[in-house]
Amino acid sequence: MYEPVQQGKILSGIWMTIKLSFFCLILSVVIGIVGAFAQGSKIRILRSFVQGYIQFFRNTPPYVQLLFFYFALGQFTPTYSPDGWLELPIISNVGWAIISLSFFAGAFNVEIFRAGIEAVADSTKEAAESLGFSRFQTFRYVIFPLAIRVCLPSLNNNLINLVKTTTQAFGIAVPELLYQSVTIWNDYPSAQYPTMLLVFVVYILLVGVLVLSMNTWEKNLRIPGYGQ
Amino acid sequence: MLKKNAETIVSIKDVHKSFGQLEVLKGVSLDVKKGEVICVIGPSGSGKSTLIRCINGLNDIQGGQINVCGIDLTDPKLDKLELRKRVGMVFQQYNLFPHKTALENIIMAPTLVLKQDKAASEKRAFELMQKVRLEGKEHAYPGELSGGQQQRVAIARSLAMNPDVMLFDEVTAALDPETVKEVLVTIKDLAQEGMTCILVTHEMGFAREVADHIYFTDNGVIVEHGSPKTFFNKAKDPRTKEFLSQIL
Amino acid sequence: MASKRPSTIPGINRHGNTDLPVLKPFAPSQPIAFHTSAWLANMPAWTGFVLLLPLMLWPFASHAAGSFTMTDAFSALIRWMPFLLKSGFLFNVIISLFAMLIGTFLGIILGLGQISKNRFIKRISWFFTQLFRNSPWLVLLFIVLLAFPFEVTIFGVIIPIPDWMKAVIGLSLPIMANISEIVRGAVLSVPTAQWEAAESLAFSRQQILWRIILPQCFKRMIPPWMNWYAILTMATPLCSLLGVEEIITLSRQAMEAENNHPELLVPFYSFALGLFFFYCYPIARVTMYLERRYSVKI
Repeated sequence: MYEPVQQGKILSGIWMTIKLSFFCLILSVVIGIVGAFAQGSKIRILRSFVQGYIQFFRNTPPYVQLLFFYFALGQFTPTYSPDGWLELPIISNVGWAIISLSFFAGAFNVEIFRAGIEAVADSTKEAAESLGFSRFQTFRYVIFPLAIRVCLPSLNNNLINLVKTTTQAFGIAVPELLYQSVTIWNDYPSAQYPTMLLVFVVYILLVGVLVLSMNTWEKNLRIPGYGQ
Repeated sequence: MLKKNAETIVSIKDVHKSFGQLEVLKGVSLDVKKGEVICVIGPSGSGKSTLIRCINGLNDIQGGQINVCGIDLTDPKLDKLELRKRVGMVFQQYNLFPHKTALENIIMAPTLVLKQDKAASEKRAFELMQKVRLEGKEHAYPGELSGGQQQRVAIARSLAMNPDVMLFDEVTAALDPETVKEVLVTIKDLAQEGMTCILVTHEMGFAREVADHIYFTDNGVIVEHGSPKTFFNKAKDPRTKEFLSQIL
Repeated sequence: MASKRPSTIPGINRHGNTDLPVLKPFAPSQPIAFHTSAWLANMPAWTGFVLLLPLMLWPFASHAAGSFTMTDAFSALIRWMPFLLKSGFLFNVIISLFAMLIGTFLGIILGLGQISKNRFIKRISWFFTQLFRNSPWLVLLFIVLLAFPFEVTIFGVIIPIPDWMKAVIGLSLPIMANISEIVRGAVLSVPTAQWEAAESLAFSRQQILWRIILPQCFKRMIPPWMNWYAILTMATPLCSLLGVEEIITLSRQAMEAENNHPELLVPFYSFALGLFFFYCYPIARVTMYLERRYSVKI
């Protein structure tokens, strides 16, 4: 069905999509945890800063954020010259895509984690406290394991959304699956429909794998008699 | 049971505590000797729970003095961890960690806080489960246990820290009438072994049976106190009389 | 990978959209520093006041603007602002309204299909809901763009389908799927006792659904519905990839017309971000307010 060139493009596209999704997933979860921790801080400025970050990233289009990060902020990043001729920025378009998408998904993750932490009953925290747990121990061994169980369903949704949003990296020419497919169907109009179908199937599969693994994780974390 | 010459282990002097505008404790004083069992009773909202929460530092106090096992709670450099190793607390809502089994709930604090050897604390946990009469339930999750069983695990969890004083905050209030008894039996066992216990309770019969001393609080002050016998039969204060007539 | 910064974006400029501006690489032949010094030298005294303007538009622009004075860029932005607002952002709003209208209409049908007694309808509705809910918006947009003809002939009348209509259709598909889920979820959230009570009063299934169940869940559907409208609005800039003349496309054209100075990028994109923020933020607040209000009543 496909020529080797096309096959190579599709495969490299899939691989880039997976890489993009993977790094964004990790980074956005880290941002979410750090942000949720900062929101519980006693410093007011820090709290309102996190709040501003969340509201900004939630209420502006991820695509425009991407363009802004890459084109507008990209011009301030220092460049380096590997061969003395080319001027390459330190952060590539893939790098900006990862940064921008992670911040976008991270804004949602902060809210999700905060809701999870708030869902842990005060009395359970008090029990840990009265057993002599330090603040960190209480968080590490009691609050976090419980909060993560509360968060998982919404985290699941957000991460699926993130994988879908990686397609928008197309806008800054990151050679992910959609980008590669579009180049194929421009070069070989006859391959349009099969490629389209393939893209569809691959994304559904990727999302499916993520859903499945998150659901398995959710099941493994289930505690008898806790929640539903 | 009363230990006449035992040392005072908890001493509370003229304690004031308010939440914002609301003053909950208006100068409360009481002393607890080692091995004594104290019951604090009174209508709801009279500040009894707040009082025992102050004893292990869950609530700060605004005035007065609390001294527990030689630790001054008003000291600004108070080592809360040291205090909590000495004072065990059991709550109304059990507050077990739902993601840990009964055994894990018990060994968590000894291994994490006291840095004890895991095998040793596990061995001790099995003993404690036996003590609260729950052998065989070690690997059950809290969600799989009844309220009374959960409460007994919670008692075992506090005992695992080898505290000098145990605080019980209305531990039977959330339980079914049938399971109340099993928890009370556990506490009675403890009392007979000589553990110093401070209980907030609505179980008058139980208070009468196990307590060495009963304190009646109302409106943030201690209205009357005495031995169970004098308290229940020869109450002097009209408020005590009214309360007792309603509850008995 | 680092060298992938093509001057053309395939799939757009080769697709007949010849008038679409394509952003030239902004790494100029002269180093940026040269521009900077020239700009700094020419800076008039009132720069500071002009800088206050972007500060109001977007607080984060401040640290970018702090080291990089871009007076001319901002005055260019002010010149273009009415145009971007009227021909650009307004069009985004129009696209979002149309897509929402179509998506809601189809979504309600699909959602009711999902709770149908007929197994076949149920399966089909479920399949389409999941398909469009789980595929990326941009992929759907591209597929609609390529799969739909330029024009359709109905009864001998040739109706052209402009690109923006395709964009509306492409965006309404995921909205449809998500509205379908909202409808299904809302109907299922009504306690079964309500169904049983109505059935015992000899209502038909149709009557129960339309007279008893749907009126009850209508309120509950409003907050998530508004939430999806906000998400949809934020997806409209994707249309620029299809060559639809909306705010991002026009911003690029405007920057092109201003000779593509790299300094234009921050103000122009900040402006676009700011517009979306000020449009979507109130919607988000109202959604949250309604959510809280209705959740108490359940």
